[in-house]
Amino acid sequence: MTATIEARGLRKSFGASVALDGVDLRVEEGRILGLIGPNGAGKTTALNAILGLTPFQGELKVLGRDPWTERDLLMRDVAFIADVAVLPRWIRVSQVFDYAAGVHPRFDRAKAEGFLARTSIRRNSKVRELSKGMVTQLHLALVMGIDARLLVLDEPTLGLDILVRKQFYDSLLNDYFDRRRTILVTTHQVEEIQDVLTDVMFINRGRIVFSCSMEDFEVRYAEVMVNPEHVAAARALGPIRERQVFGRSILLFDGIDRRQLAALGEVRTPGIADLFVAIMGNPASQEGAAR
Amino acid sequence: MSTLSNDVQPIPAGPQETAVPAQPETRPFYWSVRREVWENRSIYLAPLIVAAVVLFGSFVGASSTLPKRMKNLPADPVQRHAVIVQPFSMAPAPIMLATFIVGLFYALDALYGERRDRSILFWKSLPVSDRTTVLSKASIPLIVLPLIAFVLGLTVQLILLVLTTPVLAAKGVNPARVWAEFRYPQEALVMVYGLTVHSLWFAPIYAWLLLVSAWARRSPALWAILPPVMLLAFEQMIPGANPFGQLLKYRVMGAMGLAFQIDAMHVPIDRLWHLSPGRFLSSGGLWSGLLFAAVCLAVAVRLRRNREPS
Repeated sequence: MTATIEARGLRKSFGASVALDGVDLRVEEGRILGLIGPNGAGKTTALNAILGLTPFQGELKVLGRDPWTERDLLMRDVAFIADVAVLPRWIRVSQVFDYAAGVHPRFDRAKAEGFLARTSIRRNSKVRELSKGMVTQLHLALVMGIDARLLVLDEPTLGLDILVRKQFYDSLLNDYFDRRRTILVTTHQVEEIQDVLTDVMFINRGRIVFSCSMEDFEVRYAEVMVNPEHVAAARALGPIRERQVFGRSILLFDGIDRRQLAALGEVRTPGIADLFVAIMGNPASQEGAAR
Repeated sequence: MSTLSNDVQPIPAGPQETAVPAQPETRPFYWSVRREVWENRSIYLAPLIVAAVVLFGSFVGASSTLPKRMKNLPADPVQRHAVIVQPFSMAPAPIMLATFIVGLFYALDALYGERRDRSILFWKSLPVSDRTTVLSKASIPLIVLPLIAFVLGLTVQLILLVLTTPVLAAKGVNPARVWAEFRYPQEALVMVYGLTVHSLWFAPIYAWLLLVSAWARRSPALWAILPPVMLLAFEQMIPGANPFGQLLKYRVMGAMGLAFQIDAMHVPIDRLWHLSPGRFLSSGGLWSGLLFAAVCLAVAVRLRRNREPS
């Protein structure tokens, strides 16, 4: 079984600065992978390489194709929403669908129109007349109509209000995702997608520094709000991170049995952001990740 | 995990095909051309406005002067013919000029605008190749605008003929003489020929502008004009020869002399024997120009592909 995305030793540098420093990556079909990292970690460069927007060194196959040389063919099976991939302001909503129906062999117009009908977007509006949230909804409606096997989302909900963000991910999960499709998403709003993901990956300074399925994540990592009298005992178990909240110690453990931890205090699954900070360890990367 | 192992296994080759509904190759091209017309409404609006103005102006002019002129026609049949058909055969010229100018501005912005408004990433997220995109943009000045000029030119001539006919009759001139001298089908053929000639002859100019618009990070107009102007200025410092100036003049003016037997300024070109397609097709200027255009477009395709998203 071939993976949806497979990269080996993926490298990319812009002059002296290295954006990707030997990334190995394998994403199987049917996964929803979150790629988490601070600004400048190489997330967008990695996505651009996967989408055939930037040349790279190393091996990379997306759905069995080389994205750089076969972008147009690849895009029959890949859909892409990014904060920066803006819909042109002059285009009409109906023209977006006309054009997609014209050039895309896998575009189901009825499906896209059906999704659009649930929004307040009028078909004869121009993109410049829509709010930012509506533009994202329109782009999502377009993607809903594309029978893609890989959907790439780069900060898709940046600058949107919380209601639209919630709807965006709800629609993705309920109306779009199935086991045949794969979704790759990057975002700074990590907490919002934690329940959506099946896999998570941390990237920093052009390298994948952590990779884990969410099932393993929930088994492996536990966060304990330790009762004051047990702090010494808890520390003896070797937490990977400790922080103070309202005078209570919160310790993050890797691979410690939850029953054992339950005796020390209140146990819960940590947020991805908390684990990110713990794994990155150094204060410089904490700012970007914990937001 | 991020490892830098050297013993990498090759990734299995071969795309994972799933059945793609049959789609002719030309479909993305056709829709890309339509997309250009949606975005740049001046492609048809500007020639349409010029056509309306020309129609009105020519009608007013022909109504007042043509009856008088036709009442005392020169004896020479060539001059007589020129007097009668002139208001009609000259009407398409301003429309063609308008499409030429629209084409220049269009080409200069075509590959620059999509980067400026960052919509290029959206276009690239759809299964349309850079080659299809660049060719669809090149087809606007090379095919679409000449076609619009042709349709509008013929329409204006026909309306003008129909409108002037009763005016001439009312002023005591037999309109049948106009219809006898002005041969609509031949006029149409000459127009097709003239537009094709200029589309091919100006192709390197449009292709150069497309190349600059794919390359320039800002102010493509400046980059398009600056190199030729610098070359011209440089030539001025060397006394004697000015090969580049000659070349530019030849490119802008040369087509008429090559493609037509007679001087268009003096006689209306409306007969098939006025044309010299053989001389035009065998001219080095045509083929070297087309070669230059092909190179410019190929480079533009590569530039569009290689430009990093910023």
